[in-house]
Amino acid sequence: MIQHLTSLPVLLPMLAGVILLMPPCGKNVAIRRIASVVLGLITSCVSIALLLQVQQHGTAVYAIGDWSAPFGIVLVADPLSTLLVSLTSILCTVCALYACAGDDEKGSFFHPLLHFLLLGVNGAFLTGDAFNLFVFFEVLLIASYSLLMHGGDKRNTRAALQYVIMNLVGSAIFLIALGVLYGVLGTLNMADMAQKVTFLEGDDVYLAKIGGLLLLVVFALKGALLPLHLWLPNTYATAMPVVAAMFAIMTKVGVYSMMRVYTLIFGDEAGELSHMAQSWLWWLALATIVMGAIGVLASQDLRKLVANLVIVSVGTLVALVAVQTVEASAAAIYYLVHSTMVTAALFILADLIGRQRGKVADRITVGRPVTQPILLGFGFVIAAVAAIGMPPLSGFIAKIWLLKATFNSEYGIVFWPLYLLASLALLVGISKAGSTVFWHHKGNTNDSHEQERVHPAQLAALIVLLSSAPLMAIFAGQASEYALNAATVLHDFRGTISAILEGGQ
Amino acid sequence: MELLYASCVGLLVACGVFLILRSRTFPVVLGLTMLSYAVNLFLFSSGRLSLNQAAVLGYSTDYADPLPQALVLTAIVIGFAMTAFVVILAIRGRADLGNDHVNGQVPDKDKKGKA
Repeated sequence: MIQHLTSLPVLLPMLAGVILLMPPCGKNVAIRRIASVVLGLITSCVSIALLLQVQQHGTAVYAIGDWSAPFGIVLVADPLSTLLVSLTSILCTVCALYACAGDDEKGSFFHPLLHFLLLGVNGAFLTGDAFNLFVFFEVLLIASYSLLMHGGDKRNTRAALQYVIMNLVGSAIFLIALGVLYGVLGTLNMADMAQKVTFLEGDDVYLAKIGGLLLLVVFALKGALLPLHLWLPNTYATAMPVVAAMFAIMTKVGVYSMMRVYTLIFGDEAGELSHMAQSWLWWLALATIVMGAIGVLASQDLRKLVANLVIVSVGTLVALVAVQTVEASAAAIYYLVHSTMVTAALFILADLIGRQRGKVADRITVGRPVTQPILLGFGFVIAAVAAIGMPPLSGFIAKIWLLKATFNSEYGIVFWPLYLLASLALLVGISKAGSTVFWHHKGNTNDSHEQERVHPAQLAALIVLLSSAPLMAIFAGQASEYALNAATVLHDFRGTISAILEGGQ
Repeated sequence: MELLYASCVGLLVACGVFLILRSRTFPVVLGLTMLSYAVNLFLFSSGRLSLNQAAVLGYSTDYADPLPQALVLTAIVIGFAMTAFVVILAIRGRADLGNDHVNGQVPDKDKKGKA
C-alpha cells in the first residue's frame, strides 16, 4: 500500500469526480456538498502523508503499471512536487467549502469539475514524463474551461472564448516542441532527456534548442509571462471569484514546469545548452513585474487588482527561476506557497466585499458601506499586508529572502530597485483600493433589501486561507528549512536522475 | 518523401496560423483544426519517416518507432475533444454576444460597411 501512496493524489480526485457525478451525490445538493468537502479533505490528508513520507525516506518514484523508466511513465514525488500537491489539495478543499455557500448552484457540475481540475494539477506536479505533462495540462485545462463558464454571463463567454483559443494554440506549440525534442533525444522521460542532452552534437544541438525554447513559449503562456499575459486579467476578473481563487494555482503550474525543465533538462549539466532560457526568462520576468505593478495601479475593480497581483507574483517567481541558484529556488518555493494562498484569499475577499456593496459591487469607487466592516476590513488588512510584503506576515519574509537571494549576483543591481519600486506601487494601489472601499461611502446602510451576510462556510474558508500568512511567518524557520531542502533536491542533478532511472518500484 | 511531407506540414501550419489570426470565430476554429492536423503529422514524423517496416515490435529486425504513433493517437483524441469544446463555445458566444467576433464586438469599419 505504502508504495502506491505516490499515485493516490492523482487517483483520488479522479475517483472523487466520478463519485460526485453519480447518485446519491449527483441528485442531492446537501450530500454532494458534504461529499465534495470530505473527499477534498481525504485528498489533502493523503497528500500531506505523502509529503511526510518523502521528507523521511527521500524522493519516491512510482512506475505506473510497473513499466520502469525510461520506457514507462513515472510519477516523481520529491519535496517540491509533494509540497505543491498538498498546497493544491488544501486550496481545492477550501474552494469547495466556500462554494457550499451557494456558488456551486449557479451552474451545473461545479464540484466534480473542481476535483477534475485538482486531478490535472496534481498530475502535472507529480509526473516525470514530458508527454504525460502535456496530457495533465489538457486535463486541467478542460476542467478550467468549464469552470470558467460556470454561472457566467456575456463578458464571461467572451473571456472564455479567448482563453480557450489561446490555450489551444499553446497546446499545439507544446506538441510541436515535444515532437522536436523526441526526434532529437529519442525519449520523453525528463530524467532521461536530461542525461541525453549532454551528449548532443552538431545540428541536433540547435534542434534541441528550438524545442526547449518552444517549451518556454508554452510555459510562459500558462504562467502568464509578459507578452503572453494579456489573457489573464480579463479571464480571472470575469470568472466566479471562487473559481479565480482556485486558478491562483494554475499560473504556478507553468512556473513549476519552467523550474523542472530549465533546472533539470537544460540546467548546469546540459553542455552547450545549459541555461539557454535564462536571459529570456530574466528580462521577461522583470518586464512582467513592471506591467503587473502598472496594472495594479490602474485597476478599476478589486478583482482586476488581484488578477494583476497574480501577474506580479508570476514575474517575481520567474525572475527567481532565472537566477538558478539553490537559494533563489528556495526563496521561490516559499514565495510560491505564500502568494498562492494570499491571492486566493484576496479573490474571495473581493467577492465578499462585492456582495455586500449592492450595485457598486467590487468597483473601487464610492458606494454603499459593507455590512460587516470589522470582519471584512480586518481580513483585507491581513491579506493586503501579506500581499504587499510588509512586516510581520509571510510576505515580508518572502521579500527579504528573495532580495537576499539576488543580492550577491550581478542580478541584484537591476532587481532590487525594480522590485522595491514595484512593491511601492502595490502599496499605493492596494491601500488606495482599501481606503476607498472601506472608508469612502455614501447612503445609509438600511437599504430596502436585506444585505447578504458572510455565510459560515465562506468565513471558514477565508480563515483557513488567511491563517496561512501568520502561520508561515511564525513557523518561518521550519518552512524555510523545507524550502531549502526542496530546492537542494531540485538542483541535485545526479541524485534526481539516479532516483528516477533506477529507483522505480 | 521528406520534402513532400515537410512542405505539407508547413503549408497546413501556414494556413492554420493565417486563419487563427482572423477576427471571426468560424475561421479561427478552422485554423485551430488545421494547426492540430499539422501538429499530428509532425509528431508522427518525429520517429523518422521510413518505408516497409513492421508497425510494432515483433520478430522483424526493422521496425518503426511505435512511440510517436501512440503519442499521435493521444494527441488526436485530445485535439478532437478540444475542437468540439471550442465549437460549442463559439456557438454560445454567437448567441450571448450577438455576433461571431472573437472580441465580442463588431469593429467600426464593418458597421460602416453595412450602413
